[in-house]
Amino acid sequence: MDKPLTKNIRPGREPMDIAEYEKAGGYQALRKALKTSASQIQQWVIACNLGGRGGAGFPAGKKWSFVPMGDKANGPKFLAVNADEMEPGTFKDRLLLEGDPNLVVESAIITSYAIEASAAYIFLRWAYKVAAARVTRAIGQAYERGYLGKNILGSGYSLDMYLHTSAGRYMCGETEGLLDALEGKRPIPRPKPPHTSSVGLWGKPTVVNNVETLANVPHIVTGGPDWFKSLSRTDEGGTKLYGVSGRVKRPGVWELPMGTTLGEIFHEHAGGMDDGYAFRGLLPGGASSLFMREEHFDVKMDFASTQKAGSRLGTGTMIVLDDRTCPVGMIYNLQTFFARESCGWCTPCREGLPWVRETLDAIERGQGQPNDLEILQQQTWLLGEGHTFCLLAPGAMMSLESGLKYFREDFEEHVRQHRCPWR
Amino acid sequence: VLTDEEKREIDAEVRKYHRQRAAGPEALKIVQKHRGWVSHESLKDVAQYLEMTDDELDSVGTCYNLIFRKPVGRHVILVCDNVSCWIMGYESVLEHLRQRLGIEFGQTTGDGRFTLLPSACLGACDKAPVMMVDDDLHVELNPEKIDEILDRCE
Repeated sequence: MDKPLTKNIRPGREPMDIAEYEKAGGYQALRKALKTSASQIQQWVIACNLGGRGGAGFPAGKKWSFVPMGDKANGPKFLAVNADEMEPGTFKDRLLLEGDPNLVVESAIITSYAIEASAAYIFLRWAYKVAAARVTRAIGQAYERGYLGKNILGSGYSLDMYLHTSAGRYMCGETEGLLDALEGKRPIPRPKPPHTSSVGLWGKPTVVNNVETLANVPHIVTGGPDWFKSLSRTDEGGTKLYGVSGRVKRPGVWELPMGTTLGEIFHEHAGGMDDGYAFRGLLPGGASSLFMREEHFDVKMDFASTQKAGSRLGTGTMIVLDDRTCPVGMIYNLQTFFARESCGWCTPCREGLPWVRETLDAIERGQGQPNDLEILQQQTWLLGEGHTFCLLAPGAMMSLESGLKYFREDFEEHVRQHRCPWR
Repeated sequence: VLTDEEKREIDAEVRKYHRQRAAGPEALKIVQKHRGWVSHESLKDVAQYLEMTDDELDSVGTCYNLIFRKPVGRHVILVCDNVSCWIMGYESVLEHLRQRLGIEFGQTTGDGRFTLLPSACLGACDKAPVMMVDDDLHVELNPEKIDEILDRCE
């Protein structure tokens, strides 16, 4: 099985330096790309149906196609690589950033070329100190070898690349929040339209893509769309980094064909539940996703199939709930995070999330009222999509809404017994 | 007053963005690196240097989790309190830290050695529970391991 994203990664060892990376075929894709037109590269990526791996699943090639090109463009244009991995339960981009920093840099160069950007920013989470050192080195070495800077490999194309390490805020992972943060402001969402593809960083056309999404691009250029699509088990091309955390035998992250079933990831790769624990459910793609249960083990884990099953793929990193952990406590923990990270820009999110948190806290401490569940149910609508500027609060409501559906008895037991049955 | 070294480092950040005020958060991080935290006096100096008002920079400085606007200890402990760590034993990790240090979140030990802060997910969920002490990530924590880590901090 081809594993383009992780083929160079050697667990527990230093990543390849640039010479080793080149020997393993690295930067051949850039050479090929520079001899290809930008629009051709965009066409390849569109043909692959490469969905955004940050969680939204929006086709990357389509996103690029909205960028004004050639003389029509109001340049300079920018690429921002979203490496602000801060979705709770998500630890997949760290693998690429620490394990193959040269791939991250090469993918950003090719993507910049495909949208005719003149500067690229890698927006890295402050906590990823090891990744920061390795990506800095990879950028420096790319400049030394002429892969960055003026007139790259004699092609006439020039690009500068910078690393930005942020100062910690979940909102920075949101496309427009990320651009605000790069501009040195508080990260808050922006009204749309205009979209960032035409009015982004400093008002200029900008593409923001997740690290894992972009890491596919060099392989698409080298192998072509047909090969790339053949890696997947569905019509969403490529492989996917799937992860599992919680009380399972082998927590970890694996590169598998897109569309691998939930059951296969859980049983064969994560090894099933740890001894003494039983499975109750899981959030399939970080904190902003809806619970799935045993009846979903046959679901192919791609964007379309998970949505059809009433959830979403999100980041593809799963958080497992076991029978010895309180579902109300878990959801309270999630809502505490979202309430803390709300930027406060719009009222439903700023006021609603603390209310949700307080209500869950009361239930968990045995002070819940019988109508609290109805209030929580209402909140999932009030804070839902269409009522807020960005998707922070709607994302927060996903675990609550599905939790109320699947673990209703546990909520009711808390209220009836005036205590948490797990404590 | 900003030192020459701080100015040099801030200038390097400004060059990345081609705009002065974009370097605001990074400039605050630079000051924090040299002085441990960002006092209002240092914030005013940075604002003046970047040709912003104090309030503009303060709105940035009060927003980010990792810009410290109060003095912190020589070592800052960031305990992940997010979902995977919570499932895997965060509460006992926190209890051990509170017992050993005698402080709550947001406080600094009397000897100025440690500040204890909660942190959002640190992206190492397969090795939960985890924490960072200064720049280093520590995984698969238990009381003995925590003691070892803290004993190594001066």
